[in-house]
Amino acid sequence: MATAVAARTPARFRRTWDKYWYAWAMVLPVVAVLGVLIGYPLVRGIWLSFTDANEHNVAAVIGRLHLPDSYRFIGVRNYQSGLFGAGTRFWAVLGRTVVWTVSCTFFHYVLGLGLALLLNRPLRGRTVYRVLLILPWAVPAFISAFAWKLLMTRDNGILNYALSALGVSPLDWLGNDTLALISVIAVNVWLGVPFMMVAILGGLQSIPLELYEAAEVDGATPWQRFWHITVPGLRPVSATVILLGTIWSFNMFPVIFLMTGGGPGDATQILVTYAFSAAFEGVRDYAVSATYGVLILSMLVVYASIYRRALQSQGEGAW
Amino acid sequence: MKHRPDRNVRRGERSFGKSVLLHATLVGASFIAVFPILWVLVISLRPGFAGSSEVHLFETSSLDNYRYVLTNTKFATWMANSLVVSFATTALSVFLSATAGYALSRFRFPGHRSLMWTFLVTQMFPVAILVVPLYNAMNALGLVNTHTSLILAYATVAVPFCTWMLKGYFDAIPIEIDEAGRVDGLTPIGTFWRLIFPLARPGLAVTAFYTFLQAWGEVAYATAFITSDEQKTLSAGLQAFVTQFKQEWGYLAAASILITVPAGVVFFFAQKHLVAGLTAGGTKG
Repeated sequence: MATAVAARTPARFRRTWDKYWYAWAMVLPVVAVLGVLIGYPLVRGIWLSFTDANEHNVAAVIGRLHLPDSYRFIGVRNYQSGLFGAGTRFWAVLGRTVVWTVSCTFFHYVLGLGLALLLNRPLRGRTVYRVLLILPWAVPAFISAFAWKLLMTRDNGILNYALSALGVSPLDWLGNDTLALISVIAVNVWLGVPFMMVAILGGLQSIPLELYEAAEVDGATPWQRFWHITVPGLRPVSATVILLGTIWSFNMFPVIFLMTGGGPGDATQILVTYAFSAAFEGVRDYAVSATYGVLILSMLVVYASIYRRALQSQGEGAW
Repeated sequence: MKHRPDRNVRRGERSFGKSVLLHATLVGASFIAVFPILWVLVISLRPGFAGSSEVHLFETSSLDNYRYVLTNTKFATWMANSLVVSFATTALSVFLSATAGYALSRFRFPGHRSLMWTFLVTQMFPVAILVVPLYNAMNALGLVNTHTSLILAYATVAVPFCTWMLKGYFDAIPIEIDEAGRVDGLTPIGTFWRLIFPLARPGLAVTAFYTFLQAWGEVAYATAFITSDEQKTLSAGLQAFVTQFKQEWGYLAAASILITVPAGVVFFFAQKHLVAGLTAGGTKG
């Protein structure tokens, strides 16, 4: 078959084909799976965002009756009303999403870096500490959310029990607007630190030991060694994990969904949970949900492009 | 991959006070990391817990909650389903991302850069938005309410990230090994399969670990794609649990612990390789 294809195509293509067919063959399965299972839903999602689809007008099978799709193309009206319409919640939710993403990523990185630096020292019981500190990663997120909810229950959660033992009045961890946001951020930080810690620990171990020895010979202080060897040495790792961390936090769904459902009111609603509740709660509004999805995706693509550009101008970033 | 002895400070150079501070910080951090799970364990062992946190915890402990969950619910079926789905997802994803990662690492073929970029972009898709269209796709393929639908959906989540990580890992393996294989008459695919694949075992372990946990703990697809009770996996089954036993924290806690155990076992075997595996992925990503 390959020869038949080659015979019909120009020589240049045949050369490329001969040279790269095995590389293409190796990535083909991935591309095929992703194409069908991400490409198709994506295209359909974008299409839905230009329609007025909701649960009343999409195709459905009720008993023997098969109802066809009856939603219409309505242009950019979803975007118009979502972004600028009266009473739109988009900007408030976006603002909160930014607060959530920035604080989560910041604490993930700083705490992960701190712990990695501590664990990278010669230390008795290092393995034990490492296993214990990575543990939150091994626990499924929906179990963690449940565990924390249990700790934060207002009337008889252990956190409030501890507070009252200390003589402080108990707090409504998930019921008060500001506190609820802080609580879900704290839980997500708890969840995400192990990944950062492990990645950074790996980065630390890839910094050549000789650099530190040379610096020590030159009389560099620990702070100077950190600033001039560790920080630049960690840059490739940091670049990747901060980018991934930002994206993951931005799209983090289970923590908020399972702990507060976006409440009280809208106090912990971020774009993803908002889009999900539009699609699956009350009257299912698929078009609005898709619109939010497209907006989220475009924002992240823009962010990642700028990020990549910035890295490339510093000579980093192989991708 | 190499475990080096340490760095700037050698043992003994540190003062006693600093040592205490270091250990205190790590003990504190470990406590915060472990406590929530430990607390769920404590509650799961208390019979008839109705939500009180009075502290006579250890006076009465029993396995009643576990017995109830295992005998009076479909828990065992869900557990078996989850194991099937998670292991199949892991095998499929590791295989796919290893081949793709190797190709991306070794060959600068046309489409190389855009593929890397696409993988990153797929990380940006909010799962919550893909659920509806993906459900339609599964429906069209006749896969709704099958484990295959979940396996495929989880693979789409895991494969791009794993490919990225494994590419970094393969980058760290000297290309001379490939060349030696080529000289000995192996095909590119043979080189990969016989020489590189075994060398990349730590990286593969991390990938497998990541994928397994991803599949084990996923909620949205599991809830949306599976309609019959018999086919449900744990994460979807537990949702039913939550509504059914709203006040029975003890049952929920026992179920949570039972769900966490297999993940913990996988984790225990993978954790040794974790640091090394992620290093490569992180630095060369």
